[in-house]
Amino acid sequence: MNEEKQKSSLAKQIHSDPVTWVDQYANYLYRFAIARLRDEEVARDLVQDTFLAALQQLSRFEGKSSEKTWLAAILKNKISDFHRNRATKGLKEIKQAESDQQHFFDKENGHWNAAHAPRAFGLENDNPLLMKELGEILNECLKKLPALWFTVFSMKHMDDLESESICTELKLSDSNFWVIMHRTKLNLRACIQKHWN
Amino acid sequence: MTGALKNIIYNCRAATLLIEKRMLGEITAVETLKLRIHLAGCSFCRTYQQQSLLINRLFTGFPSPELKLDEEFMASLKQKIEKEINKN
Repeated sequence: MNEEKQKSSLAKQIHSDPVTWVDQYANYLYRFAIARLRDEEVARDLVQDTFLAALQQLSRFEGKSSEKTWLAAILKNKISDFHRNRATKGLKEIKQAESDQQHFFDKENGHWNAAHAPRAFGLENDNPLLMKELGEILNECLKKLPALWFTVFSMKHMDDLESESICTELKLSDSNFWVIMHRTKLNLRACIQKHWN
Repeated sequence: MTGALKNIIYNCRAATLLIEKRMLGEITAVETLKLRIHLAGCSFCRTYQQQSLLINRLFTGFPSPELKLDEEFMASLKQKIEKEINKN
């Protein structure tokens, strides 16, 4: 009797209780996903897929890591799959975005062209309201980025990955990686300048 | 002045690329020097650098901890999980 009791409490410790997952982890996973995807629909879908995939793999969860870490690892894989899949698409978008920045610099000497040269945002004292507004503009600008550019930028900044591992994952050369990081920033900065004030 | 040095000193396209590389910690000492010379003489690129940093900060600072899923979605998610458990 006693032994049985011990067994079942041990089982509880090791195994996870999926009924409580949503309340415990859904918002955490959602924030994790949306930080890397910036798309509410996709983030919700991937959180749901994560829970369903976790149920399938439940017998393999041995309690070596916490439930939270285990679920986050499943979600991470789902985000990578999503990124990889989307990164191979959108060549047209990339062409368009590249041609949009054609006039940023003088073709001959590489100087900023006057119409596109950086102008101060006038945010010197970090006013929180203005920062919030700027953040909202940035989010809109991020939505307009070519998928591959967003993916590279997000992987570098949100997961703090080594450039090499991003290149391997997305099959990019090192110089290609930097061209994308540079173009992404030029694009975002110009987009903010255009919509600020 | 060598051609390459002259090139970077006056070239904002090249300088902004170096700014991006440096922010993520990956440029050589020679490149650092070239960039410093460029920035000393180019207020546009100094503005660019400030704004580029600001964008990184804004990007990594998102989302706010208050961001939540709505109740309806949470409820449907719970239902799906329970349904899935009962299947087995």
